[in-house]
Amino acid sequence: MLAYFLKRIAMAVPVLWGLTVIVFLIMALIPGDPATAILGAYATPENVERLNRQLGLDRTLPEQYLIWLANLLQGDFGRSYSLNRPVIDEVLERFNATLILAGAALLLCTVFGLLAGIVSAVRQFGWTDRIVTFFVLIGISMPSFWLGLLLILVFAVNLRLLPPSGMYAVYGGGDLADLLRHLVLPAVTLAVVATGVIARLTRAAMLEVLRQDYIRTARAKGLSERRVIYRHAFKAALVSVIPVIGIQAGFVLGGAVYIETVFQWPGIGRMLVQAISTRDLLLVQGGVLVVAASYVLFNLLADLAQHALDPRLKT
Amino acid sequence: MTGISRALKGALAALAMAGFAVSGLQPAAAQTPPNVLIVGQIAEPKSLDPHAVTAVNDFRILMNVYDGLVRYRDGTLEVEPALATGWDISEDGKTYTFRLRQGVTFHDGSPFNAEAVKFNFDRMLDENHPYHDTGPFPLAFFFSAVEAVTVEDEHTVTFTLNEPYAPFLSNLAYPTGLIVSPAAVEEHGKDFGRHPSGTGPFRFVEWQSNTRVVVERNPDYWDGAPALEAVVFRPITDANTRVAEMLAGGIDLMVEVPPDNIARFAEDPAFKVHEQAGPHVWFLILNMKEPPFDKKAARQAVNYAINKQALVENVLQGTAEIAAGPTPPAFAWAYNEALEPYPHDPQKARELLEEAGYNGEEVVFYVTEGGSGMLDPVAMGTAIQADLAAVGMNVKIETYEWNTFLGEVNPGLEGKADMAEMAWMTNDPDTLPYLTLRTDAFPENGGFNSGYYSNPEVDTILEQARQATEQEERAALYKQMQEIVHEDAPWAFVANWKQNAVSTARVENFDLQPSFFLLLKDVAKP
Repeated sequence: MLAYFLKRIAMAVPVLWGLTVIVFLIMALIPGDPATAILGAYATPENVERLNRQLGLDRTLPEQYLIWLANLLQGDFGRSYSLNRPVIDEVLERFNATLILAGAALLLCTVFGLLAGIVSAVRQFGWTDRIVTFFVLIGISMPSFWLGLLLILVFAVNLRLLPPSGMYAVYGGGDLADLLRHLVLPAVTLAVVATGVIARLTRAAMLEVLRQDYIRTARAKGLSERRVIYRHAFKAALVSVIPVIGIQAGFVLGGAVYIETVFQWPGIGRMLVQAISTRDLLLVQGGVLVVAASYVLFNLLADLAQHALDPRLKT
Repeated sequence: MTGISRALKGALAALAMAGFAVSGLQPAAAQTPPNVLIVGQIAEPKSLDPHAVTAVNDFRILMNVYDGLVRYRDGTLEVEPALATGWDISEDGKTYTFRLRQGVTFHDGSPFNAEAVKFNFDRMLDENHPYHDTGPFPLAFFFSAVEAVTVEDEHTVTFTLNEPYAPFLSNLAYPTGLIVSPAAVEEHGKDFGRHPSGTGPFRFVEWQSNTRVVVERNPDYWDGAPALEAVVFRPITDANTRVAEMLAGGIDLMVEVPPDNIARFAEDPAFKVHEQAGPHVWFLILNMKEPPFDKKAARQAVNYAINKQALVENVLQGTAEIAAGPTPPAFAWAYNEALEPYPHDPQKARELLEEAGYNGEEVVFYVTEGGSGMLDPVAMGTAIQADLAAVGMNVKIETYEWNTFLGEVNPGLEGKADMAEMAWMTNDPDTLPYLTLRTDAFPENGGFNSGYYSNPEVDTILEQARQATEQEERAALYKQMQEIVHEDAPWAFVANWKQNAVSTARVENFDLQPSFFLLLKDVAKP
């Protein structure tokens, strides 16, 4: 198990390295540069050149990349030119916020996705199944940024039950209760699509398992239906659902970009959007690296969980 | 089985309860505390070092933390004393001697004096200054005419310019001319932008990334302590979310309200809508090097063809006024009141196009997707395309993202496009025409004259205006320039943006400034 874990981690290194090259090339290829972005209307060739020199952007691309890589290997992510602070400080601070949001969303979508899937499968073609399937379909189809605005309108503007945006109250607040109040709307919004996907797959996997002979055997043995479903069917179905949860974790991280913008959540998705629009290469690199590394890690965790659950994969 | 659906229902109920429980079962009747003003900003500031930033959004905070040697008089774009109590300008317009206000200290306790002034400008302009590396200072070229800053005595400082440069005073009133504490720069170095210290009405308290910037009352302010105890600036990038926060009571004041929402706030007595025309002009650059716009008749035709009334009323929903010429009316002292906008006259436009020999050739029109001061560029571009089609012009729109757009437009339109959208906001009536309408400002000379307008008379007038130090003399020259440019029509003059803001009814004494700065010293919120 440990060998497998280490092998997977080692495999992630070239993936991450390749990613930095790709991001670097994309940022170099898209038109516009940081100096133009900073100077805006005042971007004369002369001003741009002077600013580029001050920002250290007058070197060739390979030179810039190698300098960045050499610094990175020493643990230095560089300094963001749009924010004028070390990249690593900004990235970690923002990633922490995203983890809280994505973690809450992942918890919600896993719990509700699994429950909805199981209920649907057990009551196949019954009313419960139809209602759940209907809501699952709506959840999957709804654009999440729109749902977010709708929730803000209802719960924050009209009912005034929850704050419309931010992570903590601007004045006072700052404790756990304050965080939870701010977390409810964005986490629910972010979880909706993934809940639908997990529910559908759980339903399909459960239906598949419920048709198996050993389930009939279990029922014939006189086990309670509850025990049949949770102990026998669900555990088997979970094996095929877990990798999907791992993938959904990636989607939740990606979806956080919109949700963070709508709810002004100070996370890494919003940071990346700003970094790209100001052509802040080092900040983009740092942000992408951290997100990609966590994506790799989530999938690895899902695989490990699958290993632990699936007797066929045990060696 | 019932167990499962019970579990599902239970979980749903728990989630719903959680939402209510954490909100304390009370509607979060968001009332912001008295004497604390919460301002909804459009973005996180980049830095609180006034010499390092370029965005109006950042200036809104900085103008309340720092002072310059001079400032704009309330409600105008005319310069009045601030940290300097007075000044003398030499006959040749090259030497400015400032008498400094005495007894002023920076928020960190260090004294404001002539040495501090010298430090500020040397840091920006002298590459060998020990703290030049705390930059970059992208707008330092505002002061590129400054050759030397000399300390005469503790409270007298002299600026020597390499040429007469009339906009110098109003550039000093711009945020790039704000005075920072040398002691704080020395202490924090590159991180000064996160530990700002000035002499302004509010002192910096904290900056929590992406959450808030807090400043508090400076009780010792030389111009009288402000009424508010504190101001909190909150970055809310999404305009819809900003509106939602305003409606939910989470902020007291928001700027750049989307036009669609203005009516809603105006009808509600709980809110006040503020409007103020600023030094902004939105126009089309016409490429004068190539047909059809090498002919004056064709350029005037575009000006007659565009229905500016419909643009400002329908597309911009009243958030702008029709522009008559190249200078915004906000520069009241330099604005030519006699100038009338080109009327919407499609018949006249058709005649002029015929006179110019235009025969339905394709006209390439660069449109941007967004960008500073560009208002609603895609909708405006499309409306203009339709207006021009109505008089027989075959306009092809090419749309670019803002940075790409600038990269295409700034080097000049020759061989690429016939028209391009553009907007400028400046602090002096000199800046825009000097950078965009002179022969010496062609892109190859490092200027922004992307449409290649060249009129020796205008060149002479603008040079003279720069050398004149008397405001009346400058005003007369700018008025003359506006008349000529209006007639030559190197641009299609479209709109002057009115800045807007919405506050709650509790906010008192708040006025938007023509400079687009946000000045909060006299604002109260009992």
